[in-house]
Amino acid sequence: MIEVQHLTKRYGSVTAVDDVSFTVERGEILGFLGPNGAGKTTTMRVLTGYMPPTDGKALVAGYDVFEQPIEAKKRTGYLPETPPLYPDMTVLEYLTFVSKIKGVARPERRARVDEMMRKTHIADMAHRHCGKLSKGYRQRVGLAQALMHNPDVLILDEPTAGLDPKQIIETRQLIKNLAGDHTIILSTHILPEVSQTCQRVVIINRGKVVAVDTPENLTSRLRGSETMYLQVDAGGADAATVLQRVTGVTRVVVSDTRATAVGYEVDSEAGRDVRRELAAAVVGRGWGLLEMRPMRMSLEEIFLHVTTEEAPATPAAAEEVVQ
Amino acid sequence: MNNVLAIAHKELKGYFATPIGYIVIGMFALLYGWFFYVMLVIFNQQSLQLGGLEGGGNVDINQQLIRPLFLNASVILLFVLPLVTMRIYSEEKRSGTIELLLTSPLTDVQIIVGKFLGAMTLYAAMLAITAIHMALLFSYGNPEWKVVAIGYLGLLLMGGCFISVGLLISSLTKNQIVSGMITFAVFLLLWVINWPASFAGPTMQSVLNYLSITDHFDDFTKGIVDTKHLVYYFSVMAFGLFLTARSVDTERWKG
Repeated sequence: MIEVQHLTKRYGSVTAVDDVSFTVERGEILGFLGPNGAGKTTTMRVLTGYMPPTDGKALVAGYDVFEQPIEAKKRTGYLPETPPLYPDMTVLEYLTFVSKIKGVARPERRARVDEMMRKTHIADMAHRHCGKLSKGYRQRVGLAQALMHNPDVLILDEPTAGLDPKQIIETRQLIKNLAGDHTIILSTHILPEVSQTCQRVVIINRGKVVAVDTPENLTSRLRGSETMYLQVDAGGADAATVLQRVTGVTRVVVSDTRATAVGYEVDSEAGRDVRRELAAAVVGRGWGLLEMRPMRMSLEEIFLHVTTEEAPATPAAAEEVVQ
Repeated sequence: MNNVLAIAHKELKGYFATPIGYIVIGMFALLYGWFFYVMLVIFNQQSLQLGGLEGGGNVDINQQLIRPLFLNASVILLFVLPLVTMRIYSEEKRSGTIELLLTSPLTDVQIIVGKFLGAMTLYAAMLAITAIHMALLFSYGNPEWKVVAIGYLGLLLMGGCFISVGLLISSLTKNQIVSGMITFAVFLLLWVINWPASFAGPTMQSVLNYLSITDHFDDFTKGIVDTKHLVYYFSVMAFGLFLTARSVDTERWKG
């Protein structure tokens, strides 16, 4: 549905986006992740036809955004970082204007505007001026604007920025509901947002793509080994040596001690599931197994890892990040 | 065409959603009304004096009242039209709504022509107010209506040139004050550019006279439609709009 090929954008001598390529399948939600100034907004602006690329090309729904901009724009809805609202128009006037310029046929306009207001829960603000809306409502009017012509592709630049927690949850839910009918690219620098809403992540840093994968795969791929956290009540006995003897375990580290219970971080060979053996070893000795859970690298850690300069993608480096 | 009208309609509504539309029209009406009153008093005096002469004198309401009135209107435009054009692009750039326009399925030309038509409609509304004064003259005197109509045509064309140049300047900056100030300076320059024409050489003289937007208006006030002036006005308008399109496109590449 979206195809970005070797996209490069330079502003004078500054290269904002450097040879970026990725594709998004129909109905997918793609998270576009990166620190501020990484080139997220620039990439999105090229995709929406706001600016042409210096090099490379982008296809939206099969149309080159530079060669056939009108066709591509008819199929793209865009919510910029600041919703593009006219402060002196009421919400209804604004959405009616949007429906006109987005090419909604005259007889359908009124119904379409009403439907969008219902979908984004702004109907009660229809006669309020856009300039007097709260941030949350502005964002929703912006979303209604992007959805107006029922586009195949939705491009949302930080849709939850500046919202309160309740609004963030509502907006995320709204976006999730939109997937399937629409292909969505969503940029953010808030990481939990990506793991909660997106099926795939593109991490971009200094204009370059540094990782493309599902949030789960990213987590496991960056680790050379699996780590389990165990809390064992061994009644004062030394559980570490016992755990160490389990086949496949490479390292055991004491991570915390409280009263009689001791927490251990147990590393094992990559791809080897040692949970059964660990549990058997502990329970077999009559000790209490209070907790056992896999330790995954959180997206924050991955993000820091891949965007920190000169961080080699070795297990050792990943380890450092975890600790 | 629908897209053009949608933009034009939005622009026009924008003028009246803020006080700008009312202020511009009100200011123009006030100044024009004042000039009308002053000219009328002078004209009356002249008529009385000339009427006392042998043969009744020869007063021409078109030449002695309406023509100076049109020329004064052109000066008011120099001050008022920058207020109309300064926000057209600057405001959209500042508030980020330009992103909506540029990512909607519209061509640059549709946006520019729409904005131009929006401003032209406001300007036409401004001129419509002067119809009241004209109606007074027609009910108490008998001016030549063709000359009056040609005068209005000239005003419309000249205003079109100003608006087209103002639109171009507005597309260059996101600061309305900068846009308005530069527009005002350029308008003023285009008005006074032929002042040194009388003591310049013959070539320079015709060049300077040709450049002056207001100089081309003079024949219209006399009731003359010269294709030379029509060509000039339409070229300036087209050129202004063309440069605006280039400016918007350049802005795109620069980001």
